[in-house]
Amino acid sequence: MSRIELDRVVVRAATPGGPQPEVTVLRETSLVLTEQRVALVGPNGSGKSTLARLVNGLVEPTGGRVLLDGTDVARHGREVRRRVGFIFTDPTAQVVMPTVAEDVALSLRHHVKGREERRRAAEAVLASYGLSDLADRSVHTLSGGQRQLLAIAGVLATDPDVVVADEPTTLLDLANSRRIADLLLGLDQQLVLATHDLDLALRCDRVLLVDDGAVVADGDPVSVVDHYRATAH
Amino acid sequence: MTSSPLGDYQPGSTVLHRLPVGAKLLGLVAVSVVAVAYRGVPSTTGAILLAVLLCGVARVRLAHAVRALRRLLVAMALLAAYQVWQRGAEHAFVVVGALAALVLLATVFTTTTSVERMIDAITRWLQPFRRFGVRPDLVALAFSLMIRGIPLTLQVAAETRDAARARGLERNPRAYLTPLVIRVVAHARATGDALHARGIGDD
Repeated sequence: MSRIELDRVVVRAATPGGPQPEVTVLRETSLVLTEQRVALVGPNGSGKSTLARLVNGLVEPTGGRVLLDGTDVARHGREVRRRVGFIFTDPTAQVVMPTVAEDVALSLRHHVKGREERRRAAEAVLASYGLSDLADRSVHTLSGGQRQLLAIAGVLATDPDVVVADEPTTLLDLANSRRIADLLLGLDQQLVLATHDLDLALRCDRVLLVDDGAVVADGDPVSVVDHYRATAH
Repeated sequence: MTSSPLGDYQPGSTVLHRLPVGAKLLGLVAVSVVAVAYRGVPSTTGAILLAVLLCGVARVRLAHAVRALRRLLVAMALLAAYQVWQRGAEHAFVVVGALAALVLLATVFTTTTSVERMIDAITRWLQPFRRFGVRPDLVALAFSLMIRGIPLTLQVAAETRDAARARGLERNPRAYLTPLVIRVVAHARATGDALHARGIGDD
């Protein structure tokens, strides 16, 4: 597994027109993640998405450093993003090409040269996720579950070392939510998962409870989830 | 089963599917120039016959062709009425017939050309401009995003209209336009984040 390290990381964001010029989204945080499956739980606006986005440089720290196996994410973003895949809550924004096969092929652009080779590689990826029948479908016509599955296939196509998922099941129905959860938890890759689904968090190896921009509990899933349930208001 | 966001591309192996993108585009441009430069009943009739023939060769579904024409039906009807009134029925046929032929030929192009092939072609064509700082991959991606953005924007527009209607605000343009613009901009930002996350534009 990779070693994800946050070294005294602080994230502040400007709030133009707000009562204060900026707000602290994440207070000074230091932690090391080496477990295969790490869940981030907490209320809306707590900072768990920010924490997840730090791992592949979508959010850059205002202070401190984020390191992936010793590589500074802010300074080597390109290299890190090739190793860290990111799955968004809403796949509509993540799926950017007009058709299913083309979207997976886009992910493979740096890895497979030649259109025909890329097309074949994309079809192989789609087959492994049971999406072969949809290869030539417009992404616009996919259901929410199919679209999220496609977004995940697009990320996994490049075989990243780490997969970060920001509430990937929030917009899905129960069956699709279970399907995506099973898929993500069955990955060989290291998984960092921001989620409101506490059953999902309980299936991880470590859970961090984030509240008001700080990690307020960190440890084994059962104790952290129990703590969250007891303190949520 | 459709493949393009506009529902145009039909996978196939006809000779038109196999033709290079550039050849098809050049052909389309050539017919357009001839139809406009040599305006007359023979050229318009020829363009219509060619369009119908190519629709057959490309196996464009009839419903598909009708839908393409229907999008311009009102404009063509107004144009025809105006031309009949101003310059007679023959001129109306020349103008509207040429327009219909070109719409059908454009449909043949989009029916037989996947967006990925268009992007590859654009990337190839822009290679000489690399020396001036142009990034062919990024231009091609922007083109693709633009195409992808059309149905998304239409979907957001429909949802926003429904939301305004549900609140009894269908006659208030602000209740429709403000959330529409905000949602489209938010989607553009989210797409930027997603591209960034996929490492696109990093190199």
